[in-house]
This record gives sequence, structure tokens and C-alpha cells, in this order.
Amino acid sequence: MIPRAELDARLGGAARAWLDEALAEAAHTAERPVTGYGTAPWELRFASAGRHLGADAVDEARVLLLRTARVDAPTATRIYQQGTAAERRAVLLALPDLGLDAAAGVPLVEDALRANDTRLVAAAVGPYAAAHLDPHAWRHAVLKCLFTGVSVDAVASLRERAHGDAELARMLGDYAKERTAAARPVPDDLHRVLALTGAEES
Amino acid sequence: MRIFDPHIHMTSRTTDDYEAMYAAGVRAVVEPAFWLGQPRTSPASFFDYFDALLGWEPFRAAQYGIAHHCTIALNPKEANDPRCTPVLDDLPRYLVKDGVVAVGEIGYDSMTPAEDHALAVQLQLAAEHGLPAMVHTPHRDKLTGLRRTIDVVRESALATDRVLLDHLNETTVREAKDSGAWLGFSVYPDTKMDEDRMVAILDEYGPEKVLVNSAADWGKSDPLKTRKVADAMLKAGFDEDAVDLVLWRNPVAFYGLSGRLDLDPTAPEALHEGNSILRGGE
Repeated sequence: MIPRAELDARLGGAARAWLDEALAEAAHTAERPVTGYGTAPWELRFASAGRHLGADAVDEARVLLLRTARVDAPTATRIYQQGTAAERRAVLLALPDLGLDAAAGVPLVEDALRANDTRLVAAAVGPYAAAHLDPHAWRHAVLKCLFTGVSVDAVASLRERAHGDAELARMLGDYAKERTAAARPVPDDLHRVLALTGAEES
Repeated sequence: MRIFDPHIHMTSRTTDDYEAMYAAGVRAVVEPAFWLGQPRTSPASFFDYFDALLGWEPFRAAQYGIAHHCTIALNPKEANDPRCTPVLDDLPRYLVKDGVVAVGEIGYDSMTPAEDHALAVQLQLAAEHGLPAMVHTPHRDKLTGLRRTIDVVRESALATDRVLLDHLNETTVREAKDSGAWLGFSVYPDTKMDEDRMVAILDEYGPEKVLVNSAADWGKSDPLKTRKVADAMLKAGFDEDAVDLVLWRNPVAFYGLSGRLDLDPTAPEALHEGNSILRGGE
């Protein structure tokens, strides 16, 4: 998370004021959750943040709204499932801060990793995935990054999780062979991750 | 030359089309929600479609340097199917989204009471959400349909100058123009308008508030028709400013009424060999 001051520096006066109001609404909902029918006002702000704040600040602002509203697991899931790609991305980026257990958060990460939208894949492999994905799913997430061209810089705790992972090393080696057999270049990131596993390149 | 195709169903088109459109000068598109050719049988089917218009399709477009926005609505044809009409209740949660620049396509297909209802409800939704409306005029009994459309718009809370009347032709352009609405023309290989007739209409009625689109979809259609109209305009003696007005500034002005038009396509993060358009690999 970036500090609020840094986020404010990217916004004009009107956008800052808009975000202040949105965060006040989110805080209000956190204190007094909406019951019954109707959408909480901050959720409308969450949906319309792009056109009010612009592309440079919208991810961080949406994450801040989710944190401030202290969304619970059902709300986070609904907002993700009913969200645009940009809104889904914000839920994924906020996961480490929302305190969701694996039963609630991992299905969202898995959904994003099934997508081919690189914005979602990149947001899915952050600290929450590092903490909660089982070895099989995590290895496939790393491979998915290599396949879709998402830099493995996006993969949280890559060094720690890759270290000594012989199965990941095997998968990377097989992928490299497949690329070489097709006379296609092997992505630089593959060599990087392979080195982190500690395996020797064959 | 910069081109904005204000009506094209990219979900039905290929990446070859995106590539050819970019090469022809297309930098922005609006994809109206419409019928898929195969009837839907439940609101859930619409939701997945709307989600694609707000998720995967703009991502695809951005990878080819094209800004993609959409319009959301229950289309006139399926407004007649009681299995589909409950989707009207869920439209508000879509109409607040960034990326939705109008309510549409709405309008008439067979001019039934169910279509009357869906049109009136959705014009009201447009007014409530600060959105303009993209209203298609029917293929059959077009002039009657246009007149009825204009009547319903006048009775609605939405100002006529926030409405785009689409699929116009020689028989409907005069009354549409007199109504004060924006004027949309779909240029097709066999049906609707062609390039030369389009130029003749521009000659007679002027380029003000005129939008030209390819309406390309899953049927016989051509996503480069916008460029072909631009070329035909230049050949007929229109200057580049008139071309830019019709093919860029008018659609920007109309959809800009939403306050949600963002013409910088999202910077693609993976425009290289590992391109995810290649189905997660090759």
C-alpha cells in the first residue's frame, strides 16, 4: 500500500475531495453495515472511481476503499464477481489487507489465474497467493506468468517459495525444452526462476 | 487519419480484425450490447456477456492499441422474451461502471407492447445514470418505427439531444435530424447503407451530429467500413476536417456526454511474444 499522501499527490483538488467523501462513506459502512436492500454508497464510488480519479490512482484508491469499508468475505466475493476487470483487480490487490481466510480468498485468486487478462494474473500472484496457494496451484501460477508475459517480478515471495522446489524446476525445464523444440526463444524470466529453485540448467 | 467506430460488436470479431482496424486508423470503438444471433434463455447469460464487455473485450482491444467502451441494455428483440426481461432489474448495477458510455442498443424490433415497456424503462435508466442512449431504429417498417421512437423519447426524462438514433437511411434521416437527436448510419456490404449513399446523405444534410459506424458483428459485415466512408468522403471533395468531424469528433462528443470516455487505451502489459491473446501460450 502506498501512503495516502503519495496517492493525494497524483490527484487534483476535486479528485482528492471526491476520494475523501468516498472514504468517509466507506468508514461509515464499516461502522454501520448496510442491511436489507440497497447498495452501500461507497460501493457506487468504488465502481465509478476510474472516471473520477484517473488511471494513475484508481487501483490504490479502490484498495483503500475496500480496506476502509472493512469488507467481509461475502462482500469481497460479491464485489469481485460483479466487478469489471479493473474492479476485480482491486479486490485481488486488497486481499492481503482484508483478513480473508483461504476458503474465501483462494477461490478469487484461482478465478483470476484462470483468466488470460494479464492485469488480473499480475494482481493474483501477490502476497495473498504466496501465503495461501498450495504448491501445485502456486507452480501453475508461476508458469502462467511465463506463458502470458507477466513479469515474475509480480510474484510475491518468489525467492522463498521457489527455493529448493524440484517439481517447479522440472516444470520449467520441460517448458524450456518445449520452446526450444519449437525454435522459439525461452523467456528470460524462466532462467531467473530456474536459478532460484537451485536446480542446474540442463 | 483517426477513426472512432461508434457501433461495432467486437466480441464477434477476430484479432485479425483488430489488427486491420488499427492499420486503417481505428483508435476507439464502442460496442453496444445486443443479440447474439442465438437467443439467450436467462438473465445470467446477459450478465456473462456484459462482464465480457467490461473485462475481456477491452483487454483484447487494448492489446491492439484501440480504446474500447460499451453500452449496456436489454436489446429490443429479447425484450419480447419473458425469460430475459428480468435483466432489466439488474441493469442499474452495470450502468454505474466505468467503461459504460450509454444505455443501448435499445429501440424497436417488431414494435410490441413489451418493446414499448423496455424502451421507456431504459430511457428512464439513462436519465437517472447521467448516460446518453443509443437507440436503434427497426429494420422492418422503419419510418413508422422511427416516428414511434421519437415520440417515446419525447415523453421520456431523457433530452432528445442525448439520444443517438442509429441505422438511419434516406427515408428516415430528415425526420431524425428535425428531432434534434444525433444521427447514426450503419454501413454494410449488402444491407443498410453503403459508402456512396452515405456520402450523398452527408452532402445533402451536412456532417453535423452525424456518426458513421460499421455495426460489424457475426453476420456479413465489414469492420473497415468506417475507413471506406472516410475515403469516399475525401474522394467526393469533403476536406479532412469534415472527415475528422464525422469519424472522430462527433462520436467523441456524443459518448463524451457520459463523462466516462477515456481515449487512452489501457497500456497493454504484455504486447510481446508471450501475448496472452494467444490463449495463455501458443
